[in-house]
Amino acid sequence: MRIAACIKRVPITGGRILLTEDARAINTQHLGFTMSPHEECGVEEAVRLIEANKGDSVVLTLGPPEAVDQLRDAMALGIDRAIHLQTDGQEWDGESTASALLEAIRADEAANGPFDIIFFGNESADSGGFQVGIRVAYGLGRPCVTGLKKVTLEGSSVRCEQEVDGGRDVYVVPLPAVLTVKEGLNLPRYPSVPGKMRARSKPVAVSDPSRPAPRLELVTLAVPAGQGRRAESLGSGVTAAPAVVEVLRKAGVL
Amino acid sequence: MTLPAHARCVVIGCGIVGNSLAYHLTRLGWRDVVLLDKGPLPNPGGSTGHASNFIYLVDHSKEMTALTMDSVNQYKELGVFIQSGGIEVARTKERMQELSRRMASAVSWGIEPTALLSPAEVKKLVPYIDETVILGGFYTPGVGVVDSLRAGTLMREQAQAAGALQVAPKTEVLGIEVESGRVRRVRTTEGEIEAETVVITCGVWSPRVAHMAGARIPLTPAVHQMIDIGPVPRFRGAKSDIEHPIVRDMDTNMYERQAGGDLEIGSYAHRPILYDPEDLPPVEQAALSPTEFPFTQGDFEEQMQHALELMPEIVGDESVGVKYAINGILSLTPDGMPVLGESPDVKGLWAAAAVWVKEGPGTGKSVAEWMIHGESEIDLHSSDIARFHEHQKTRTHVRARAAEGFNKTYGIVHPSEQWASNRNIRLAPFHVRERELGAVFFEAAGWERPQWYESNAPLLEEFGDRINRRTAEWESRWWSPIINAEHLAMRDRAGLFDLSAFTIFDIIGAGALASVQCAALRQTDVPAGRVVYTPVLSQSGGFKSDLTIMRLGDEHFRVVTGGAAGMSDKKWFRDQLVRGAKLVDMTSSMTTIGLWGPRARDILASTTSDDVSNEAFKFGTCRTIEIGTLRVLASRISYVGDLGWEIYVPIEQGLKLWDTLWEAGRPHGLAACGIGVYGTTGRLEKCYRAHGNELETEYNVIEAGMAAPRVKEEDFVVKAAHLRHREEEPAAILCTLTVDDHRSRDGEKRFMLGREPILTRDGQRIVDRRGRGSYVTSAGAGPSVGKHILMAYLTPEEAVPGNQLLVEYMGERYPVSVAVAGATPLFDPENTRIRA
Repeated sequence: MRIAACIKRVPITGGRILLTEDARAINTQHLGFTMSPHEECGVEEAVRLIEANKGDSVVLTLGPPEAVDQLRDAMALGIDRAIHLQTDGQEWDGESTASALLEAIRADEAANGPFDIIFFGNESADSGGFQVGIRVAYGLGRPCVTGLKKVTLEGSSVRCEQEVDGGRDVYVVPLPAVLTVKEGLNLPRYPSVPGKMRARSKPVAVSDPSRPAPRLELVTLAVPAGQGRRAESLGSGVTAAPAVVEVLRKAGVL
Repeated sequence: MTLPAHARCVVIGCGIVGNSLAYHLTRLGWRDVVLLDKGPLPNPGGSTGHASNFIYLVDHSKEMTALTMDSVNQYKELGVFIQSGGIEVARTKERMQELSRRMASAVSWGIEPTALLSPAEVKKLVPYIDETVILGGFYTPGVGVVDSLRAGTLMREQAQAAGALQVAPKTEVLGIEVESGRVRRVRTTEGEIEAETVVITCGVWSPRVAHMAGARIPLTPAVHQMIDIGPVPRFRGAKSDIEHPIVRDMDTNMYERQAGGDLEIGSYAHRPILYDPEDLPPVEQAALSPTEFPFTQGDFEEQMQHALELMPEIVGDESVGVKYAINGILSLTPDGMPVLGESPDVKGLWAAAAVWVKEGPGTGKSVAEWMIHGESEIDLHSSDIARFHEHQKTRTHVRARAAEGFNKTYGIVHPSEQWASNRNIRLAPFHVRERELGAVFFEAAGWERPQWYESNAPLLEEFGDRINRRTAEWESRWWSPIINAEHLAMRDRAGLFDLSAFTIFDIIGAGALASVQCAALRQTDVPAGRVVYTPVLSQSGGFKSDLTIMRLGDEHFRVVTGGAAGMSDKKWFRDQLVRGAKLVDMTSSMTTIGLWGPRARDILASTTSDDVSNEAFKFGTCRTIEIGTLRVLASRISYVGDLGWEIYVPIEQGLKLWDTLWEAGRPHGLAACGIGVYGTTGRLEKCYRAHGNELETEYNVIEAGMAAPRVKEEDFVVKAAHLRHREEEPAAILCTLTVDDHRSRDGEKRFMLGREPILTRDGQRIVDRRGRGSYVTSAGAGPSVGKHILMAYLTPEEAVPGNQLLVEYMGERYPVSVAVAGATPLFDPENTRIRA
């Protein structure tokens, strides 16, 4: 079995988000980076499927040289090798990202055979375009199911459960397929120390695709009001009661 | 909350230090104390919030050990201390030797029990360790883990409950206003507070806050990496945070500790990663907290390997995951010690920064005592914020030394080890000559001082067997037998010394005499031209310092003190100035050369037409004389116990003075002598005491054997305490001991370097009635007396000449004898030489 997982390096936000001066990107001066949480579940699913069925797993990303950290993180969880489409750090739109990935996937499939499943996050944690997985599926002429909370292999098909309002839609699609998944699909494991150490020597194939002129342009970002507020402990037990009352009074409910 | 308009004291920073300081201030009686933090409570986001919170007890520094032990006691009283024990393991033979040194420090500072363990014994206590990679371990059962956030909360709440403290979280300081050199007001996001005193306890932010008042706190934020792995099957169902001893893997600069069901792995092994306080994000922008930076995996690769080697059962377990990994930010200083005390820049502005969790409450208490009583019970001279010389407060210096010091956190640091970075800052005018003579330079207060001169190697042959050779690598490090040869050349003929590192300041004006009288124990109302060596007493009558004061005129005194204590001495004198007196720092205006030895007078006489005979120029006097075209101030005193002078000259004429004396000295066999002679061999033979070694606030003048027959009539700081000490039986007496047999078990001669415990013949610690243990305060060769000399405070019962005792060194015990109880010199006890 061959499985690919596509991931994106995104900033870890927790506090109030700051924008760059031109308001077209997040100021990452104080931020660390990770792969999008949805994609973590895609990686975990890929690792589980290969653990159960044997085979080859590949993680792909399109991103700056530092995105190799996220590739190593995925390999620390058990992915076998990585393909890094290196950029100069500029954000690519969904269309160009998909076409670069498509080219890399085709090249890998030409050499090693088709991927049974290609996982994507339903959307990236930062730009949230919801496009790349679908565009890649379209390019490959494969079925695509999105927003998945459960994936079960059934012979040469895969049963996909999609979360919808009030319930779940279930699809069974033949392999090969492209699946975009959401957080909650599984509980991703933490990398073990031996896993991290193995990841250091796993192969990363690097290429540098050229960025086509974007057809989708990001004009500006805005931080929603109230974002970044933090929870605060008012105390514990009986002694906290006056503080709670004060909060409720200020809120006008008392 | 609404801030009060006025406060006795504003404490900025709610980490472990601020909380405990505020608590102790109120416990000691202050009210109207306000504690601020820009972050929320109970974890405002500083280094306390992500600390690993474990406490090892033993440090080679007495001061740090005392602060740590006091902290442990406070944590225990608060009920937040879990004793787990701690084992420092060794992978190398050098480390095993270091562990035996730590055993000795434990005995010196009274940390009991401790034990050296075999690998199998370590394995018994830490069953998940691979004992085959270690050679042994140093076990301290009293090591433990604390909840520092909880401790801070409890202390804060106690002070609040007493009605003495107001706490204002989420209140950021915007400015500190200073008027006439004194702190007046703190401006915050929630309003202004008039304050008599302000204390900066905000850890890595301290330099930024100090800067608002125009003061400097030399520290730098730096990264300490830590990961948490789990769940560890062996720790499943753990009943407390920690049930196994914490392991410090000293040779890899790492530690591993159980944290509930997980294992925490920390490192001081990575490259130094330094930041500026301005790099820290505002509280609301931080993903975790402002002092938890994103983990940089690339800096932790080797560490994973090392942890895997030591604890393969846990670290190698594929089911155990890395759950949390941070680059935690903590404070580093240029010399590794905290920054405590009143700023020399602004009156009323205090600092308690670069303090780690392990010494937090002890520091809070000590600084509170210092603020209220003028002195803390624990001598804090190594942590005094006033200790820094100007260049030592620069960003470049702080970063260079912090970077160099970071990897020494678990290092094997020789007591004489020299810093490599940022050297050659202060050079004597005759530095070029010293280089020509092959000087080996040690640093003092930024000055490059010759410790010995390689060009003196031929003297080794001349003095032959009179020089004790050292074969053991440890004692040979940062040392040369040439020091002893230079010593003998001085005693036989004469030596020329570079004394540029002195800190020199003049007290002038109508209030000069009153100011100096107030600061000095001895009578300084002497005729102009007299030199007075005097202790400077602390509030309790212990030693703040010792120094010499020359009276140069009715209203003109020159104070000369060592470079190390120079800046804090300067602050002390400035604080005692009375109206009409001024302090003028002359350190960079004058340079000093010492000329001592039986031929010193012949040499000096050949350069001057002034009368330098004993009749005309008595010991303990100073005057201006002409040496060729130079007018110099010659002062006839000696710290090496020989005839001679300290000669002061404007700095630009220093080279000429050196050359003149050098040429004049050649026919007399003058040798250039390093500080190895001045600071150790010459001094120890004469039983002269040194500040920071024998002289600390914990010991008084009587105990040090330095009481004058009479006390001056004039008042001085803590006269009452001094008079009381004179009435008491001293609890300890400073003694000079000599080593009777240097041979170790394997037959090699070993030489103690200082800080080792002194034990009775049956191996018991010697503890005086005030609880102070006996240890070697200074150690070194006495080439003229043919002995290795140790100084130590002993109880009156043990302080008997001829009494036989033991010294513990590198895991073995050596016989020593009390040679002198009190201050009588071993060499030339009648002092005929200096008075010749």
